[in-house]
Amino acid sequence: MAKRIDVSGLTAFYGGFKAIEDISMTVEPRTVTAFIGPSGCGKSTFLRTLNRMHEVTPGGRVEGKVMLDDENLYGSGVDPVTVRRTVGMVFQRPNPFPTMSIYDNVAAGLKLNGVRKKGELDSIVEKSLKGANLWNEVKDRLNKPGSGLSGGQQQRLCIARAIAVEPQVLLMDEPCSALDPISTLAIEDLIGELKTRFTIVIVTHNMQQAARVSDRTAFFNLAAVGQPGKLIEIDDTERIFSNPSVQATEDYISGRFG
Amino acid sequence: MTTTAPPSAAPPRAAKTVTRPGDRIFAGMSRGSGIFLLVVMAAIAVFLTVRAVSAISKDHGNFLTTFEWNAGLNPPVFGIAVLAYGTIVSSVIAMLIAVPIAVGIALFITHYAPRRVGGVLAYVIDLLAAVPSIIYGLWGAIFLVPHMKGLNLWLDTYFGWTVIFDKQDPNSAARSLFTVGILLAIMILPIITNVSREVIRQMPKMHEEAALALGATRWEVIRLSVLPFARSGIISASMLGLGRALGETMAVATVLSASPQLSAHLLDPLGGTFSQNIVAKFGEADQFGRDALIASGLVLFFITLLVNGAARLIIARRKEYSGANA
Repeated sequence: MAKRIDVSGLTAFYGGFKAIEDISMTVEPRTVTAFIGPSGCGKSTFLRTLNRMHEVTPGGRVEGKVMLDDENLYGSGVDPVTVRRTVGMVFQRPNPFPTMSIYDNVAAGLKLNGVRKKGELDSIVEKSLKGANLWNEVKDRLNKPGSGLSGGQQQRLCIARAIAVEPQVLLMDEPCSALDPISTLAIEDLIGELKTRFTIVIVTHNMQQAARVSDRTAFFNLAAVGQPGKLIEIDDTERIFSNPSVQATEDYISGRFG
Repeated sequence: MTTTAPPSAAPPRAAKTVTRPGDRIFAGMSRGSGIFLLVVMAAIAVFLTVRAVSAISKDHGNFLTTFEWNAGLNPPVFGIAVLAYGTIVSSVIAMLIAVPIAVGIALFITHYAPRRVGGVLAYVIDLLAAVPSIIYGLWGAIFLVPHMKGLNLWLDTYFGWTVIFDKQDPNSAARSLFTVGILLAIMILPIITNVSREVIRQMPKMHEEAALALGATRWEVIRLSVLPFARSGIISASMLGLGRALGETMAVATVLSASPQLSAHLLDPLGGTFSQNIVAKFGEADQFGRDALIASGLVLFFITLLVNGAARLIIARRKEYSGANA
């Protein structure tokens, strides 16, 4: 169920402002790729171009190509709604639907896809919650509101919701930045398990996290405020953190930047 | 204090709060305002209840079930049955028309319209709210009533079998509860729209993104995220509108051709409402007649109170599912 992402010459704008410029990279299936870089370098923007969430912001548009295996996400006639059903996303702050029960949260995406049968929904909900390591904590209160869970549980609920529709790719935008260290560890363990089934891209400000969870790491930077963010380099995580080929990367990961 | 004081304990005077004159004056003023409000409310309640009870005790009809309102007769016979029916029916019609349209406008302004169009539309809605109700009344009587004829005939022809749309005399003027309901709907549209729009606008972006990221279309985003989040706010907005519809006076008085009949035929020029009846009868009523009208006003007050209570109940019952604790 996992696909390769192949980005070439991608530039993204917010209205007249060029947020990221000329980014090309390949993300292999069933790997975890981490995006690191200073605030405002466009890594979140780039992540959002991978499921066309970028264009939800007024004035957001893109030039270039994003191939998912052999399908261009920005090809003419491609519906962004369909793209988002194949490329799932988890956000910085846990955002379960506040008015829905735990069960309905996980089932929401399935219902959008037309799954209606109770038995089928039940089994997918259970499988997804187990996949998100949340099942044992919530199996007795599936009909309670999702907003009653702790922050870490809510985030795992959001992951369950995202994986319930069996996406090809899972994007995570700083999924642990609002969580305590124990919940963070739970999510990181989960990422390790999920990568056997999905292609995962994660934005993080936490470099230890990037080193712990990812196979490949991409470093983004910007020349100055107001300038577009650029991809500086992407390489195996081990190499980025031990012997990066660009000086700026080494400066950033060792804390000597700016 | 059971523990011994540490050697360098602060002197005891630090434990006492210092009251400054500014604080005292302000606290006194705000307390005074609060008490003043309670006193005024109590005075109104006592006044209304005393006058109403004295009037009802002399009523020779049943106050709740009598149709006509003849407080001037000897013995006086008056009741609220027709008034309560007319008030509730016209308000329900108004709600049925206004709430869906208002929510639609609010969603259009916040989610569909280009920003500039939405701004202009919001401004026009505000203007609509600023029109005095007597203007609505005049417009209703002079413009709306004659122009309702076609719609009335159409409803009569195709939906006459439902009884409520059966117009018994096709030539009678459209001074009916139905027309009143439509006029009330227009009047309460702005407040429901504005409050709903504010509630929807304050919804955090992340809830919409949650739905979008699952591959929801625009309508599905509204259904999954926006409407559930705004639900209690829309109910409150509707109750504000209903409150206005229940109590509306001039617009009803100028349009409705009142008569003491309780009829299911909504297109016929029949019926009455509480405030319409008060306006119509107050001028020529003697002391006792006014007391009787006050009694009817008290009933309207209780109906409004019940409606508000019911709305609060609806909101509170779903509290743990509301967006408030997200």
